[in-house]
Formats: sequence, structure tokens, C-alpha cells
Amino acid sequence: MSDIAKPPRQIQMGVIGPILALVILVAMGAAMNPNFLGWDNITNVLARSAFIGIIAVGMTFVITAGGLDLSVGSMAAFVAGLMILVMNKALPTMGVGVPVVLLGMAVALGAGLVAGLVNGLLITRLGIEAFIVTLGSMGIYRSLVTWLADGGTLSLDFGLRTFYQPVYYGGLFGISWPIIVFAVVVVLGEILMRSTAFGRHCAAIGSNDQVARYSSVRVARVRLLTYVMLGVLVGVATIMYVPRLGSASSATGLLWELEAIAAVIIGGTVLKGGFGRVWGTVIGVLILTLIGNILNLTDFVSPYLNGAIQGAIIVLAVVLQRESKPGH
Amino acid sequence: MKHFVSALALTAALAAPAFAQDTKVIGVSIPAATHGWAGGMNYFAKTTVERLEATYPQLDFVLATASDPAKQVNDIEDMLATRKIDALVVLPFESEPLTGPVQNVRNAGAWVTVVDRGLAVPGIENLYVAGDNPGFGRVSGEYMASKMTSGGKIVVLRGIPTTIDNERVAGFQSAIEGKNIEVLGMEHGNWNRDTSFTVMQDFLSKHPQIDAVWASDDDMAVGVLAAIEAAGRKDIQFVLGGAGMKEMIKRTMDGDAMIPANVTYPPSMIATAIEITAVGMVSAAPVSGNFIIGSVLVTPENASTYYYPDSPF
Repeated sequence: MSDIAKPPRQIQMGVIGPILALVILVAMGAAMNPNFLGWDNITNVLARSAFIGIIAVGMTFVITAGGLDLSVGSMAAFVAGLMILVMNKALPTMGVGVPVVLLGMAVALGAGLVAGLVNGLLITRLGIEAFIVTLGSMGIYRSLVTWLADGGTLSLDFGLRTFYQPVYYGGLFGISWPIIVFAVVVVLGEILMRSTAFGRHCAAIGSNDQVARYSSVRVARVRLLTYVMLGVLVGVATIMYVPRLGSASSATGLLWELEAIAAVIIGGTVLKGGFGRVWGTVIGVLILTLIGNILNLTDFVSPYLNGAIQGAIIVLAVVLQRESKPGH
Repeated sequence: MKHFVSALALTAALAAPAFAQDTKVIGVSIPAATHGWAGGMNYFAKTTVERLEATYPQLDFVLATASDPAKQVNDIEDMLATRKIDALVVLPFESEPLTGPVQNVRNAGAWVTVVDRGLAVPGIENLYVAGDNPGFGRVSGEYMASKMTSGGKIVVLRGIPTTIDNERVAGFQSAIEGKNIEVLGMEHGNWNRDTSFTVMQDFLSKHPQIDAVWASDDDMAVGVLAAIEAAGRKDIQFVLGGAGMKEMIKRTMDGDAMIPANVTYPPSMIATAIEITAVGMVSAAPVSGNFIIGSVLVTPENASTYYYPDSPF
């Protein structure tokens, strides 16, 4: 620590905890396998973090404002399925090309927006618990995608998939699109959270919605906006996801909601709301992805125990953040 | 019109012989479509039930899909209590939790057909219809050994940790024993495309030289192929999936060098089970015993026999 007189607000474990956990993981990975820090592996890890990451940024706002959304995984599957169906339907008339891909993207964003809006309206206008509303919509979207796929798998037309593939695999300067989009979403999210009235309103509502209401914060509208934003981000993630394998089934996006929520909490956002940290969420997502990556790259433990290791590291990462809460 | 009605009555009278009065109810309980294979199985269960209901007016079917073992137990208890089923066709989600409830069905005097996954206690079922899991592994292993006569390095993707997966892998391992095939690594891809994509990416980072992949399932093969293609690796000569997904069978049929073969594990075995059970209900033909459906090697030569374009799997 530095010798400068410490201000009352010191650098706490809450801030360096997640970073510390990430650094330890990276060091472990590098020690166990020389390919770990190779460019290919790094881009793989970042690109596969992008789906959960983009969603988790939206989830950070929802949780900060005292909400929760369990439906994002199913929503992603449903949006992906819908997008594939529409693109396949439009293919004979529009032909393989940019317009049909743009149509697909519009469908994804639109469907995500509507899905988020429905969740948000049920929660804010009807005053139903977010947990219950989104638990319900989780089941609904999961069933809908199974139904759309007739119990099987929806696959994008092969020619169209080849055309659309660069959206996942291509990129700029050797950095693939999912990573770029993820970075842009994170930067925008960080600005939104830290430097705008919206971000402060989210924290105020999550902290105490009564006080926020008396302070003339439009509580319902801000809450609604967090769900809509999350829905749109699910759409964005789906746009990146579909070109990867060109398919959606009932197994798509399974447990994404829990991974996103875990990433948010590992990153230091308070589950009860009132405080959110977008950059922390990024660290959280990277930690989650890295655990799986390292376990695959080493033969250190039986694959049967992967889940146990994952669970232990998640808990550890949060333990690292514990601090004697000053002035809290 | 009058003639038509009387004709109809006549046919009905002819078509419904002695059994007419007692309609028999067959309950079908299967896991929900959580992955490609299960999706195919659901499809075949549904189409078979529809076909049989049209064929045998004296049979009534109750079809229930369960997303977890507890739900399946409830389904079966409900079938017995409220629908008084005369026969049960069950594909157990897991062996242990379903053993007790299925035993109760049997004790209540109903016919029991168990499909694919055996129960924990032998002898409960009247009829057992299943795929051959050790055989699935063995055929896969023998094929890989025959393709790599001078040996080679392979990676293996396993399914969800279950008895099925263990039996397949054991069969595979004994088939490649002494064939100079080195297994670089085995990880669980959970019969899931996304997981397998990730696992394969990491295999590719870890091992600079991989000669072939036993993906052990076609959903996993899809993920594996995408990962290989994205990495631009040329060292992998072929990927062996399994279970006979129509897209994969098509690629084998078209002579794709990356997918030179497939090993069947037909989801339509549920249709076999329902059909045989129905025959047992409506006729005097004896149908008890074991019915094991072998795993067959599909090559470009015979692929068209195993291609079902209408099935979702």
C-alpha cells in the first residue's frame, strides 16, 4: 500500500477483490499450460465471454435498480429461434445477402425489446415480483423455442449461414466482432452507470425506492427501462450467437441467466440493489469463462468435478470482496 | 346420407370386435425434448401414438413429457391414479428415482415396457426395448481403428455423465485397445452443441496435432466441426459423431470426407416400444422379453437407408 495519507475511503478489497481473483486465475492458467496466453486462446475466451458478457451488462442495471431477470437465457434461445425462422422464410424472396441478415438483426433487436418490455410492464405496472414474472417468462420462452423447433433444432439455411458467419468469426485487426461489440457495450454501460442521471437513478431506486420516489425519480419508468435495455442486449447477444453454429434448440442459452447473475455479483454489484459496477461485471464474466477454459486445458481434476471447482471459485471470488464495510 | 350413416355403423360394428367394450389405456412417459436426440424421440412417440390411435379404436393413449425425474414420477403416479392405465411405456429419465414408481405400476397389474434406460432393479418390466450402448461404443471404436491403421492421436467428447455415457466409452476404449490409438483427452460436451464447441476450441489450443475426433454424438459433432473450421486446422482428418442426425447422415451420404461415417442409436426405438406394447394389448401374440436394437455403422454406401428427412433429428 502507498504511504500517502489514506483518505477515509480507502482502496478496499471490494474493488481489488475481483481483479485479484482474475489475476490469480490467469497466473494459474499460464503456469498449467503454455498455450493459455496464446493469442488464439485469448481471443477464444473473450469471444465466448461476449454472449454472457453483453447480457450481464444489462443485468447489472436491472440488479442495481433492485430487480432481477431470470428469463434471459430462454429469451436468447427464443429470439435466436425466431430470428432463424424469419431469415429462412425471407430467404427465397430476398436471396442471400446483406438485406436478409439485416432483417434478422432487426427481428432479434425487436423481439428482445418486446420481450424486455413485457417483463418490465408486468413488474412495474402490475407490481408483480420480478422473480415471479421472469420465472414465468423463462418457462414460456423455453417452451416456445421447443415448440418452434418442433422439439428438434432450428437450423439456418447453409448458404445463408456461410454468408452470415463472419459476424462471429470475422473482425477488425484480428479482433473478432463479438469482442468488439462486447467492448463497446461495456464502455457505453460504464458511462451510463457512472456519469448519467439514469445510472444514479438506478442506484437510488435499488437503494431505497421510497426515498427515490420522494426525490422525484420516476421509479417505474427507470425500472421499466432497465428491463427493456436488458431485452435489447439479449437481442444483440443473439445476433452474435446465431452465426456461430447457425442453430437454435431448446438447449440454447441454458443457464445463461444464472451465469449472468453470478458474473454481476462476482463483479461487486450488490444483489439487493443500490450499487452497480459495470467493469466489475466484465471481470466476473471473464472469471467464469476462464474457469471452464483452464479446466479444459489441464487434466488436473476429473471432469466430473468441474462444477465443484466452478462453484468454489465463484464463492471464493465473492469472499475476497468482503470487507469491514466502512460507513455502511 | 342414410346409407352412409348405416354403412358407417356397420363398419364400426365390424371393426370393433370382442374388445369393443373395454377400451385399454396405454400411458407413455418420456423425457422432454432437451436435446436433439430427445427431440427426435418425442417426434416418433407423438407420430406413433397418432398412428396407433387411428389404427386401434379400442386403444387410448396418454402421452406425457417430463423435464426432470421428479416430474416424471408425478406423471406416472397421475396416469395410474386418474387414467387407470393398462400398460405403461416409460423411458426413465434416471434409473434410480423411477424404479419405485414403475414398480408400483407393475404391482397394480399393468403391463410395463421400459425403454432405453434400464431400471435399478431387474425384472420389473415385462418388455425391455433398448439401444445397445456398449455396442455403440464398440462399433465407433472399431471404425476409428480401421480408419487409422497406423495409429493416431484422437480426442473424445463425452455426453452427460450417466451410465449410458460410461457404457459407450467403455465399449469404445476396449475396441481401440492395442490399436496404437492415443487418446489425448476426454471431456464432457454434454450432448450440447455450444458446450462441445467450447471444449473443442480448448482441445485445439491444447494439442498441436489431433488426427481425429470421436464426438460420440451428432449434436456434439456440429459444435466440434464449427470449432475446427474456425481455427482453420487441417490436421484433423475426420470426426465421428453418432445417433444418426439427418443433417449428418446427409453429409455422409454426399461423401463429405470430414464425416465419413455415423453410428446409429435410433430415437425411433420409442416407436418400436409403443408398437409392440400395443400389439400385446390388442392381440394374443406374446411380446414379453428383451428387444435390443443394435448400433449399426452408417457409411456412404448404406446412408440412404438411415436418412429420415421428415424427422426433426
